[in-house]
Amino acid sequence: VYTRKRSEFGRPCSFSDRPAKVNVDIPPDPSMASDFVLRNPVDSYVQHTSDMSEHEVNTERVEVESRGVNHVEGGWPKDINPQEVEQTIRFRKKVEKDEHYINTITHLGTLMEHCVKQNNAINIYEEYFGEEEVAEVEDEPPSAKTINVIRDPNITKRTATHLSWHPDTCKKLAVAYSSLEFQQNTKDMSFDSYIWDLENPNKPELVLKPSSPLVSLEYNPKDSHVLVGGCYNGQMAYWDTRKGGLPVEVSTVEVSHRDPVYGAIWLQSKTGTECFSASTDGQVLWWDIRKLSEPTETLVLDVTRKGLLENALGAVTLEFEPTMPTKFMVGTEQGIVIACNRKAKTPPEKITSTYSGHHGPVYALARNPFYPKIFLTVGDWTARIWSEETKESSIMWTKYHLSYLTDGCWSTVRPAVFFTTRSDGTLDVWDFLFKQNDPSLSLKVCDEPLSSLRLQDNGCVVGCGSKLGTVTLLEISSGLCTLQRNEKTLATAV
Amino acid sequence: MSLKRSSVQYTPSYITLLCLLCNREKAEVEETLKRIQAHKGVIATIVVNAEGIPIRTTLDNSTTVQYAGLLHQLIMKARSTVRDIDPQNDLTFLRIRSKKHEIMVAPDKEYLLIVIQNPCE
Repeated sequence: VYTRKRSEFGRPCSFSDRPAKVNVDIPPDPSMASDFVLRNPVDSYVQHTSDMSEHEVNTERVEVESRGVNHVEGGWPKDINPQEVEQTIRFRKKVEKDEHYINTITHLGTLMEHCVKQNNAINIYEEYFGEEEVAEVEDEPPSAKTINVIRDPNITKRTATHLSWHPDTCKKLAVAYSSLEFQQNTKDMSFDSYIWDLENPNKPELVLKPSSPLVSLEYNPKDSHVLVGGCYNGQMAYWDTRKGGLPVEVSTVEVSHRDPVYGAIWLQSKTGTECFSASTDGQVLWWDIRKLSEPTETLVLDVTRKGLLENALGAVTLEFEPTMPTKFMVGTEQGIVIACNRKAKTPPEKITSTYSGHHGPVYALARNPFYPKIFLTVGDWTARIWSEETKESSIMWTKYHLSYLTDGCWSTVRPAVFFTTRSDGTLDVWDFLFKQNDPSLSLKVCDEPLSSLRLQDNGCVVGCGSKLGTVTLLEISSGLCTLQRNEKTLATAV
Repeated sequence: MSLKRSSVQYTPSYITLLCLLCNREKAEVEETLKRIQAHKGVIATIVVNAEGIPIRTTLDNSTTVQYAGLLHQLIMKARSTVRDIDPQNDLTFLRIRSKKHEIMVAPDKEYLLIVIQNPCE
């Protein structure tokens, strides 16, 4: 500890001169020279340039916001009170008498009249030549390019588990974020899910604040303001985007699922308020969102048809086709796909058939929009195509990949094309009319595993969500999304 | 029309003459504006001065002031763009076609003539 008396502070230093003194003297040691060899010739470079150093600079992103201006009243001169009608009338009359005003207005009036008449005479946007014949489709190699990347704005990144496009505009995307790792929820992980507007990928358009992270999220196809979400704790919640980010209603905990709700889909009904959900606790519940306090119907996924919850298989994915409103399919954790009929009289009869073929959970289940009897399942390391009639095995399957497949869906415009995502961050596009052993296009989207996939209704843009919450939007080349002339006939033949 | 100011007696008849002449020119303006308004598809005609005061309008005050304020800024921006590209050039007319109608603005140093028309299609 260094101490010093206060009175001794500020004293002048007294320096003194001293002659040079040798402190250390190390003589060379010739014996060490044997460790070294003389180098001859020596390489040396000479360059007549000045030394430069390289630095990177990136400006901070400026937050820009668009705001409107509401003009209420013009810039009246100081002596005129705009509320006084007489004064304003007098001012106007004064201006109208001004010579300059008269000249200007006559001149501008002629200009304006010319344009007004022009508008009335021809319609400049008229289509003069009818739709020209579409040129022959070139055999270009299929490709896709990233058009947008949307990142999770939180610091702790969560997986983008489900994507849902806005039903009408296709410019908005609702993404559900949650962490599906068992007990990995850190305290500061936020529960929010976002609705993004593609015009503004930096800031979410709406923040949805559930009481527990959302695992699945779907827009109502009939009413584009309403969304239903399935939570990590098994509850169901629904939002109205006109009312803000808090759920309008949440189902009661006692009657909801006991495991994360992996699938939630809207049903076709006259009121447009019915939906159903499935979870790994083995139940499929039907809800009416006007009354979320209890489900309208339940079904236990027991393959032995006894309705026992202990035997039930956990559901991982749900599928519903609006054209066949009474039938739906569930993909389970055990690798079995169960086809069910909602309108069956007794609960055991509700389960019509099962298809087993996967070794692991069936992560995605989709019917072909053109041929509803054909459906696609994605699970373990393969994707399989099934026909409803053949119950023994799938009619077509892909080879075993190195990484397991996480999600898949059919193309909405071409009956023979489907997409799959893998856990090594690759998106595969398969065209089984063209090549049946390999994907026709394989794209590395990102380094982390891809967790969800959703195709826009027009078939050109596909959104993939990854484990770190990044949603990448890709536009696929027109060769993969325009219908070929004989494709439908060829696909039926298959 | 310019009149000599010197050595004129402001008799009542003379003043009437002056008023008539002014009114005639003012009537010209009236006629022009009425003619424009009468064209097919024209929804509204507005004359605004550089301070945003509506001199003549066929719409209600709040809408007019809104148009005046916003279009004034746009005209300034458009004019500066045209002049930045070529300093000898200047803005003569601006047409904005939107889904519902077309807004045509004829700018001047002091005044703006705005016409909103629904083109026939």
